[in-house]
Amino acid sequence: MSSAAVADAHALEPTESPLTPESWGKLGMWIFLAADAMSFGGLLAGYGALRYGDPGWPRPSSILGIQLTAMMTFLLICSSVTMVEALASIRQGNQAGLKKFLLLTICGGLLFLGLQAHEWTNLIVHEGQSITKNNFGATFFILTGFHGCHVFSGVVYLSCILVRALQGAYTAHDSNSVEIVALYWHFVDLIWILVFTFVYLI
Amino acid sequence: MAHTAEELAHEQRRYLQVFFWLAVLTALELGVIYMPISRFAIGCMLVVLAGTKAALVALFYMHLSVEKRTLTWIALTPAVLCVFLVFMLLPDLGAITRSLTHATPPAATAEAHH
Repeated sequence: MSSAAVADAHALEPTESPLTPESWGKLGMWIFLAADAMSFGGLLAGYGALRYGDPGWPRPSSILGIQLTAMMTFLLICSSVTMVEALASIRQGNQAGLKKFLLLTICGGLLFLGLQAHEWTNLIVHEGQSITKNNFGATFFILTGFHGCHVFSGVVYLSCILVRALQGAYTAHDSNSVEIVALYWHFVDLIWILVFTFVYLI
Repeated sequence: MAHTAEELAHEQRRYLQVFFWLAVLTALELGVIYMPISRFAIGCMLVVLAGTKAALVALFYMHLSVEKRTLTWIALTPAVLCVFLVFMLLPDLGAITRSLTHATPPAATAEAHH
């Protein structure tokens, strides 16, 4: 390629993202999260429409275990704290802190998934709920299942980052990947805050 | 975004403050559902509490408070579209409720045909 063509290519493709100077990946993650939020928004709006249109909708607290899910909410909030601590650690060049807090975040995600599996088992086996029984069951299992898939993906994503951290891939000046996975994990927490309120409490 | 040691230490203190408030707001949510007030009032309070918690996570854990304003608009777009979708669904919701409220029970309809 001639030097003029290279100069033109650079003119068309700026090397620095205009919104997130740290990395293009961060901007990509934000756009993905915005699209993903619309998926959850559509599901929550559909849930609201079905619930509002059904006068016989059961009171969630009469079927769902509020105390258990409150604990799951607290668990996800705790895992968000360990995630920001992991990012803060690597920004200070603290490799051990990064690994420790990443591992704690993964454990939080796994514990959340375990509690969700326990909740689903109890609802299906003991309460007789299912995704095909009624609109309550359909919306509940789709919303919490979709969120659970996100938590599972997050745990896999965090595990990949932990493996790279164990190889010493991140430094105080190169922590973009940790920041991007942190954005995803906080988003999963944020969505659960809304799901907990709309599906379990209201 | 903060990167000096002092700024990072300040940020870490803020993370713990936000955690404290998230825990307090979650406890408040659990308290609100048992309050002897109307379901509508409880619903409104829960939406405000959940919105506050979501805003705390987005602003401080996702660092939107220190990001460029355009990024905040990108993040807000899904919320605006979701509210728009709910308003677009409202006429249908009214129709569903009316049809359920005034519908003849299936058994009564079968008897009328005989």
